[in-house]
Amino acid sequence: MRFSVTVFPGSNCDHDCEWVIKDVMGQDVEMVWHKETDLRKPDCVVVPGGFSYGDYLRTGAIARFSPVMKSVDEFAKKGGLVIGICNGFQILCEAGLLPGALIRNKSLQFSCRNVYNLVERTDTPFTGACQKGQVLKLPIAHGEGSYFIDSEGMKKLKANNQVVVRYCDETGQVTPGSNPNGSLENIAGICNEKRNVFGLMPHPDRSGEDMIGSHDGQYIWKSIIKSFAGAAR
Amino acid sequence: MTTAEIEITPKIIKEHGLKPDEYDRICTILGRKPNLTELGVYSVMWSEHCGYKHSRALLKTLPTKGPTVLQGPGENAGIMDIGEGWAVAFKVESHNHPSAIEPYQGAATGVGGILRDIFTMGSRPIASLNSLRFGPLTDPKVKRLFTGVVRGIADYGNCMGIPTVAGEVLFDESYSENCLVNAMSVGLVRHEQIIRGRATGVNNPVIYIGATTGRDGIHGATFASAEITDESTEKRSAVQVADPFMEKLLMEATLELIHGELLVGIQDMGAAGLTCSTCEMASRGGAGIEIDVAKVPKREKGMTPYEILLSESQERMLLVAKPGCEQKVHDILAKWDLHAATIGFVTDTGRMVVKENGKVVVDVPAESLTEAPVYHPAKSEPAILKKHREFDESTVPVAPDHQAVLMKLLVDPTLASKRWVYHQYDHMVRSNTLIRPGSDAAVIRVKGTKLGLAMTIDGIGSYCALDPYEGAKIVVAESARNIACSGAQPIGMTDCLNFGSPEKPEVFYYLDRAIAGIGDACRAFNIPITGGNVSLYNENPTGPIDPSPIVGMMGLFQDVETRVTQWFKNDGDQVYLLGEIGNTIGGSRYLQVIHGKKTGACPRLDLKVELALHKVLIQAAGQKLLQSAHDCSDGGFAIALAECCFTGATHEAKAKGVKSSLPGKGRVDGRLFGETQSRAIVSCKPSDAEKLESLAKQLGVPFEKLGVVGGDKLIIGDAIDVPVSTAGDLFFTAIEKMMS
Repeated sequence: MRFSVTVFPGSNCDHDCEWVIKDVMGQDVEMVWHKETDLRKPDCVVVPGGFSYGDYLRTGAIARFSPVMKSVDEFAKKGGLVIGICNGFQILCEAGLLPGALIRNKSLQFSCRNVYNLVERTDTPFTGACQKGQVLKLPIAHGEGSYFIDSEGMKKLKANNQVVVRYCDETGQVTPGSNPNGSLENIAGICNEKRNVFGLMPHPDRSGEDMIGSHDGQYIWKSIIKSFAGAAR
Repeated sequence: MTTAEIEITPKIIKEHGLKPDEYDRICTILGRKPNLTELGVYSVMWSEHCGYKHSRALLKTLPTKGPTVLQGPGENAGIMDIGEGWAVAFKVESHNHPSAIEPYQGAATGVGGILRDIFTMGSRPIASLNSLRFGPLTDPKVKRLFTGVVRGIADYGNCMGIPTVAGEVLFDESYSENCLVNAMSVGLVRHEQIIRGRATGVNNPVIYIGATTGRDGIHGATFASAEITDESTEKRSAVQVADPFMEKLLMEATLELIHGELLVGIQDMGAAGLTCSTCEMASRGGAGIEIDVAKVPKREKGMTPYEILLSESQERMLLVAKPGCEQKVHDILAKWDLHAATIGFVTDTGRMVVKENGKVVVDVPAESLTEAPVYHPAKSEPAILKKHREFDESTVPVAPDHQAVLMKLLVDPTLASKRWVYHQYDHMVRSNTLIRPGSDAAVIRVKGTKLGLAMTIDGIGSYCALDPYEGAKIVVAESARNIACSGAQPIGMTDCLNFGSPEKPEVFYYLDRAIAGIGDACRAFNIPITGGNVSLYNENPTGPIDPSPIVGMMGLFQDVETRVTQWFKNDGDQVYLLGEIGNTIGGSRYLQVIHGKKTGACPRLDLKVELALHKVLIQAAGQKLLQSAHDCSDGGFAIALAECCFTGATHEAKAKGVKSSLPGKGRVDGRLFGETQSRAIVSCKPSDAEKLESLAKQLGVPFEKLGVVGGDKLIIGDAIDVPVSTAGDLFFTAIEKMMS
């Protein structure tokens, strides 16, 4: 399966994505510079984490205007799989591919640590290899990861089952104490209505191997690969 | 009036921090009087920061060579071979004074500066570390400084995408008005991609890249601006402003240029900016450089050559391109949307010539700038050292409630967990961090190989104030011990020497003895020093800071699977103390926190005994005999044992209890909380106990079987019996509570 990872000036998890996709999961990966418009025929586009354009103005606000994002937008609208991780999630929200916004952490501090995530929906191409209710240990590393959406938007999210992962404790309980950034209802990741675009703050790109703290990120990549294999049949 | 026309008066010379005989020396070198711009150029290059006037003679005594040293001191960073065609570049640098004035920008630009030193050598930065010193954390002003410094480091490193993996923080009165911010960076490079800051090849183009030049950071020792030009009446700032996004682009562009083999040499513009990079590159290459400041990209109008040459605007580099590669350089910079300007060329005159629109404004021998005068200041032993040595420990009562002492030490911000700090640092980006903050040393893998790097940065409480020679030995020993506890072989180090004014004989005594201690320890452990930094004139209104040598140590794993962490793993594992328990309390955190006394003879350190301990730790790890290993230092045996129980939480491991004896003889507080050196607490599977014991015997390291891992309590003899969860909560939340 072929993944294309977008690279903006200031992206810094592009290497993590490349490593986990190619070296850990054994898939093909292309790195696509932000000034390019050719995504190189991907089966899935990854918008990686980092500080695109230095987080100037607002996280993700400038990246959405880059040439490559026009192509990502078209790709997504045709039903192509798009996953945005951390800053990538912020960019997808800014670009209107996902609803809501990521605002400053409640602590007002950057926070880097492993957190636990409850997989609430397995009926997406990004979580299909997970068990419902499975707890994934994934790292977060962000200063602006508190998910926010207005009440109308929240109703729609819930009605369409778009909340895919929520922060939880080790045992899978979704509690205020396990919310690392003040996200509404512990939301860690959501998908769009058509379920082909997924954004999450935790990093499945930095959790592909036990030696770096967790291999649970593999479940996300395996899901994508599985859905692709299924679609191909 | 232009700068060239201003007459150099004794007042102007003094304001530039130059002594009359230094001015005379400049006149002799030039065979004429310097103009004002030339005076400015000499003053920054001959400052203590760039010229090491007071420390150079002592630094020359340090061991800097070894078979794996590819680059020693004198370049932007030291480099060591680690095998398989890979090398590691690393260096520590101070940014104390800027951080004391403006903590956020000061600390951020400190990180930016050291990162540039690393990628300038062709290496990609893979990790950062830092060592911080502040006054007491109960002081609101210190809280502001601490918050700003940590945020500055975090924002810069996080944006750059370079993990900040280890560090240390100490709080003490001695740093109340003069905090210390020492930043270290580590990079990886293929041997063939190493590049140096050298200008060679007559007529090769000299190219300026990166951010524009502004008036920020112009040498604080310069005039009020009105005296220089009529136009530039703005007050100058001595603190630079950080732009990590610019630096990220600069790093990627620089590495692309170097790896594309387009360059002859490259150097970052840090302290003394364009002046330093120009004359150092010319001097190292045995060449000359001619530049025209009119071609330098500027962010302000009306800047004089003086200002352009002395600006310390951040995120700039100077490079010399190979013949015919100039256009390719410009193309790559355009890709990254960065400024690039060819501002001059290499000559064979040995001179640094600066023009402004073709008119010569500086013409001096490049090498003379890099050869500041060397001083041998007077030294005398401070009377207080004798008092410390002769302090009678028996006059200190044994605190009656050992458990209460333990609780108090666990929340001492110097000993407590620095989780509040390192959670703000992205320590996982690049997915190489195998041991994260919270163990004795951080461990980073080298992808595509079995190799691993262990790294740590350490100073030590007040030992150097009590005994600079012994204290400095301990700093080196402890950081090497931290590396050994992780299972790696210490291979090299970098140091940052933070002291008061060298012109005070008592301060110079400390510097002299500390450097002697560092040198002796490095020779005994066979650890070369590949570079570093000296920060002098760190003074409070009440006197100098405690002498603070900081050591950044690099360790190597041939097989990173042999790494060891500090916390207990399994119920039933055997726990050992390697080394002697001792009972001295001199210089200990216990004596300072519980009894309010910063005195006593600091612990003695026998270098042979210490080295033997390292060997046991490294060999035992290599044979996979150890489940855990933890340095037993600040706070003593009880604190170290407590940390073995609960610090697994930093890596989502469950806390473990232990039932341990309290070995040794003599005062109980000394055995529990004293800081006797050359000790480590290790645990192993019962089936490996015999092998571990025979290894220790074979290498002549005394050991004590302490007990067994298990339960949910920390029990030490009949002195301490406390739930691990209680102790752990105190330890982890102490700083968070003080900061909220």
